[in-house]
Amino acid sequence: MRSGKANAMRAGWSRGIIELRHMLSTPQDLWTFFFFTAILLAVTIFMRGSTVEGTSFSLGSMTLPSILGMSIASGGLTNLTQMLTVEREDGTLLRAKAVPDGMLGYLVGKVVLVSGLTLVNIAALLIPGLFLFSGIATGGVGSWLTFAWVLALGLAACLPLGAILGSMFSNPRMMGLIMFPIMGAVGISGIFYPTSALPEWLQGIAQVLPIYWLGLGMRSALLPDGLSAVEIGHSWRHLETLGVLGLWAAFGLTVAPIVLRRMARRESGSSVAARREKAMQRVT
Amino acid sequence: MTVIEEPDSATRRIRPPEDDTVLDVRDLQMRYGSTDVLTGVTFAARRGEVLGLLGPNGAGKTTTIEILEGFRMRSAGEVSVLGIDPAQGDEAWRARLGVVLQSWRDHGKWRVRELLAHLGTYYTPYATGGARGPWDPDELVSAVGLTEHAHKRVGRLSGGQRRRLDVAIGIVGRPELLFLDEPTVGFDPEARREFHDLVHRLSDDEDTTILLTTHDLDEAEKLADRIVILAGGAIIADGSADELSRRMSTEAEIKWTRDGQRFVHSTLDSTKFVHDLFRQYGEAIGDLEVRRASLEDTYVAMVREHEAGRGTAAVRKFEGATR
Ligand SMILES: Nc1ncnc2c1ncn2[C@@H]1O[C@H](COP(=O)(O)OP(=O)(O)OP(=O)(O)O)[C@@H](O)[C@H]1O
Ligand SMILES: [Mg+2]
Repeated sequence: MRSGKANAMRAGWSRGIIELRHMLSTPQDLWTFFFFTAILLAVTIFMRGSTVEGTSFSLGSMTLPSILGMSIASGGLTNLTQMLTVEREDGTLLRAKAVPDGMLGYLVGKVVLVSGLTLVNIAALLIPGLFLFSGIATGGVGSWLTFAWVLALGLAACLPLGAILGSMFSNPRMMGLIMFPIMGAVGISGIFYPTSALPEWLQGIAQVLPIYWLGLGMRSALLPDGLSAVEIGHSWRHLETLGVLGLWAAFGLTVAPIVLRRMARRESGSSVAARREKAMQRVT
Repeated sequence: MTVIEEPDSATRRIRPPEDDTVLDVRDLQMRYGSTDVLTGVTFAARRGEVLGLLGPNGAGKTTTIEILEGFRMRSAGEVSVLGIDPAQGDEAWRARLGVVLQSWRDHGKWRVRELLAHLGTYYTPYATGGARGPWDPDELVSAVGLTEHAHKRVGRLSGGQRRRLDVAIGIVGRPELLFLDEPTVGFDPEARREFHDLVHRLSDDEDTTILLTTHDLDEAEKLADRIVILAGGAIIADGSADELSRRMSTEAEIKWTRDGQRFVHSTLDSTKFVHDLFRQYGEAIGDLEVRRASLEDTYVAMVREHEAGRGTAAVRKFEGATR
């Protein structure tokens, strides 16, 4: 007999793939999903003409990897948070609870789905970027290895955080409250504007958050080594990147199961019905 | 904590637990904040039995079912579902249950067959350990009459079609025990009949024990082997529809014709009345019709009586008579 857990992980994998297919074949989802991606790409194209201060390197080429880093963080965080709150309200989670090992399958499915979406998103930015910008990924295999570990570690750091936030907010309309801090974090994390140019206390905050390190990690992977000169400490600081992202991942992977289990335990038909009732009252 | 007096609880406890008792609820209590919703619910179900749980809106039917499903923690009382306390139920236990909740609207982007096939896979590893393994998705789709819509998006189904899918999902793992919370809301008459056939098939062929709630008393009468009525936080009646109407001594309606004239009479003792009627008029009586109170009449009478404060007396009278 195959164990229920192993079976559910496999079911979760196919669940994630099926839902990814659903999203990629629904025009409305594609639009909301890629609208932002298209805007980001347009922004970098406008920046193509300018150069990084003190060098002759294109500002557009510099910004593209930072945006990749940001997309990993915000995609992992907001997508998962939003899906969890919405699917708690519509009863998907309760359904998962009614099925043996369904919660495990559900979670694996969500991780596969959100990781898949992030990969698609990154490909949609990176592939045109490789043609549009010069000086990207000139380091060969080394570039792509760094790219791979930063991406993997970034997802491991951000997905559990998304799961934690998603279990804490039961109302999908609270998402706005989560978006503002995330936008603030993007602002100070050196994605569009170098963190080194900010006051020191802001630099301190930025360097606690995962977005800064994801941006830095992506720049270190895809940009020529010489550009590390404009970073804080004039270095790519791989060890620190590994450390901070690793700590976030460890924190998330420890706390997420506890929070998720607590949330799942509370899920019941009446709680779903009560949330729906509230939602209806807001509409009318 | 109040202990509701159960006149027969002593005898019940002594009785050895029957092997085929699938569901056993004793003195179940549930309190939300400071309101007591269930104050002492006691009932049981045997394997293969269809049990209808009736009661007014807000009586606590959904609450009771959710406690049995392990979705809600009870405040007090003993509950055994398939021999296990739902609060401690593991995944192998869950694989033996089927659940159709009062309302869902999940998985809107999935296709009907795709979803049933996916949810079925979770049950395969448990097929050998007591649970019977999942339905074949095509068979299941056809059993609930959704073949035409097998590849439709769940979000595009009509209300009744959606409900059929809910029922399909509830039974996808071939459960030993199935909970149906108002399963036929929004069904058209044909769908209702098909659903009744399905329920009979599940209980006869697959020996599935079914606990269902409904506000359609005709349906309850057709489907349920036994009816339990929940009101005021406790079970006020427990028995087959026939037993209940006899127990309630509701009046039967007698119609007949004599000399081309129609007569109607309501009485508690229909047998004696008909006997006297024939003794008096003999062959002059024609078109005799005796209509015992329907479940609906009985139900309404019982709930009324209960609300009028005579409920406890009725329970005693009734339970004393059936045991
Ligand atoms: N989570 C909750 N918190 C507080 N009160 C609740 C909660 N869930 C249910 N109740 C209350 O408990 C009572 C019983 O509710 P329940 O849903 O079990 O009734 P029901 O018999 O299923 O009714 P219906 O026929 O309308 O479905 C109601 O008064 C309801 O308001
Ligand atoms: Mg209910």
